[in-house]
Amino acid sequence: MDIRIDKIRKEFGDFPALHDVSLNIRSGELIALLGPSGSGKTTLLRLVAGLEYPSQGRILFGEEDASWKSVQERNVGFVFQHYALFKHMTVFDNVAFGLRVRGSKDRPPKAEIRRRVEELIDMVQLSGMESRYPGQLSGGQRQRVALARAMAIEPRVLLLDEPFGALDAKVRKDLRKWLREFHDRTGHTTLFVTHDQEEALELADRVVVMSQGKIEQVGSADDIYDRPQSAFVFSFVGDSAKLPVTVANGDVTFRGAPTGLRTSVGNGEKHIFFRPRDIALQDDGPAFEGRILSMRRLAGARIAEIDAGLGEGAERVEIELPLGVPAEQGSVIRFLPHRFAIF
Amino acid sequence: MSLGLALTMLTLIVLIPLAALALRAAALGPAGFYEVISDPRVFAALKVSFLTALAAAIANAIFGTLTAWVLVRYNFFGRRIFDALIDLPFAMPTAVAGIALVSVYSPKGLIGQWLAPLGIKIAYTPLGIIVALIAVGFPFVVRTVQPVLEEISRETEEISATLGANRFQTLFFVVLPPLIPAILTGFALALARGVGEYGSVIFIAGNLPFKSEIAPLLIVIKLEEFNYAGATAIAAIMLAVSFLMLFVINGIQSWSQKRFGHG
Repeated sequence: MDIRIDKIRKEFGDFPALHDVSLNIRSGELIALLGPSGSGKTTLLRLVAGLEYPSQGRILFGEEDASWKSVQERNVGFVFQHYALFKHMTVFDNVAFGLRVRGSKDRPPKAEIRRRVEELIDMVQLSGMESRYPGQLSGGQRQRVALARAMAIEPRVLLLDEPFGALDAKVRKDLRKWLREFHDRTGHTTLFVTHDQEEALELADRVVVMSQGKIEQVGSADDIYDRPQSAFVFSFVGDSAKLPVTVANGDVTFRGAPTGLRTSVGNGEKHIFFRPRDIALQDDGPAFEGRILSMRRLAGARIAEIDAGLGEGAERVEIELPLGVPAEQGSVIRFLPHRFAIF
Repeated sequence: MSLGLALTMLTLIVLIPLAALALRAAALGPAGFYEVISDPRVFAALKVSFLTALAAAIANAIFGTLTAWVLVRYNFFGRRIFDALIDLPFAMPTAVAGIALVSVYSPKGLIGQWLAPLGIKIAYTPLGIIVALIAVGFPFVVRTVQPVLEEISRETEEISATLGANRFQTLFFVVLPPLIPAILTGFALALARGVGEYGSVIFIAGNLPFKSEIAPLLIVIKLEEFNYAGATAIAAIMLAVSFLMLFVINGIQSWSQKRFGHG
């Protein structure tokens, strides 16, 4: 099912949670909504589900305007971070719930419900646990029950709110891989909310980066990581270093000294962003200069914290130094980023 | 050490007096015992006590659950004060509650004057007893249900809605079942309190024999007549019935805990 989010605004009292957000989701896509807390990603998910209604704008499911449809009418599968399982029901009853509460004319016969529920429980690899209660399951198992329960109603779209947030790192990784396979097998249009960039980049077909109620960038993992389109995306996704620069007619200067870098960005006081590993050390010629404040060892390299500008006020950045380079705390190094962006 | 202390306290305050009560009643002999309880006035008083307590406990189970719901799920002006006021019946001397209720529900009272023309009499009838018992038993259900309700996240209700359940189905299949053990506990406490309640009831009850006379009052009357044996016989019966009720309720509770209270 295609989903179109069309100029959605949402205010809670005076607090604007979303400003004019638009997004097109293609049928069968796996989309991550990534952002810090308070960015509006969960609000957007709840609006699609019908747990909230927009202040302005429309949400379309295919050709149908669903903006004012009740949550019951929308037929969406929803999964919360903390599972929200019905604790007084067995795994089987939890999964069967959505089918059993249907009106008598839409409700499948008992045997059919049993067949479908067992199929779903098998699909989430929990066969044999039908009669257990949620309290007797591990976190990962509970989350899979929640997913099976959401799938039972044959939802038009699957919405996951921080689905792995409450799990420990190992289970998280396994479940992430498993969800990707599950999605590829069932082909459901899926939206999930996360604040974990690794999760978003690894799992999603497209990542929607959000900040302060706005969409900053939509794109594949490569787009987001390699071609960030705003200062926020550059600093939020992946490690980054940031220094203040002045741009004049395409020349980039740092503290009055030319750096030799060229840009198409217009004149003014700007910031240069680069990844800590995207630098080359320079022996002579124009470069950024800085004193090493501290160093720490990473698996295949060293991370040096540098006071760029040699002490005229602290402009601290972290860059990656190859192991072979002679450098120690207090020594001065010169470097230039070979890939960068200026905003 | 602490176990010994607890047992000593329990023995001194509960077990010895209860044993003395049983002994006294036994001294009456089967014939004498039968004579006391076969008195129609005694039987009527016991019936009034247990039935009004039952009615009040049922009312409290329903409205107490609703009140707990409102306190947990809604944020309104004065909620904290309202929350604190719930405990007032625990703190207030019961006689004060009784007098206050009479002044409101008597035919000339604040509410009573509007009900009287409709032919509804509250003060000086069993209805009045029920009103008094609802008042004193009210905090029990609210305070047992409230913490359990706080544990149930609003998310389970939202999930229920996304799965297509309407409000009614969500209430009966998702929200209420986990609350049942707590509601039963509150119900049992309110019932036990209601059966033994004296202070708040005697003012509003009117104390008409066969109509609105409660068993604890009859015990006091017997004591004033120096009929200690008669008083202990009624007391022993009340004790036996109360025990029986508590056993039954405990049974239901542990069953429902297994059935609904998992995890």
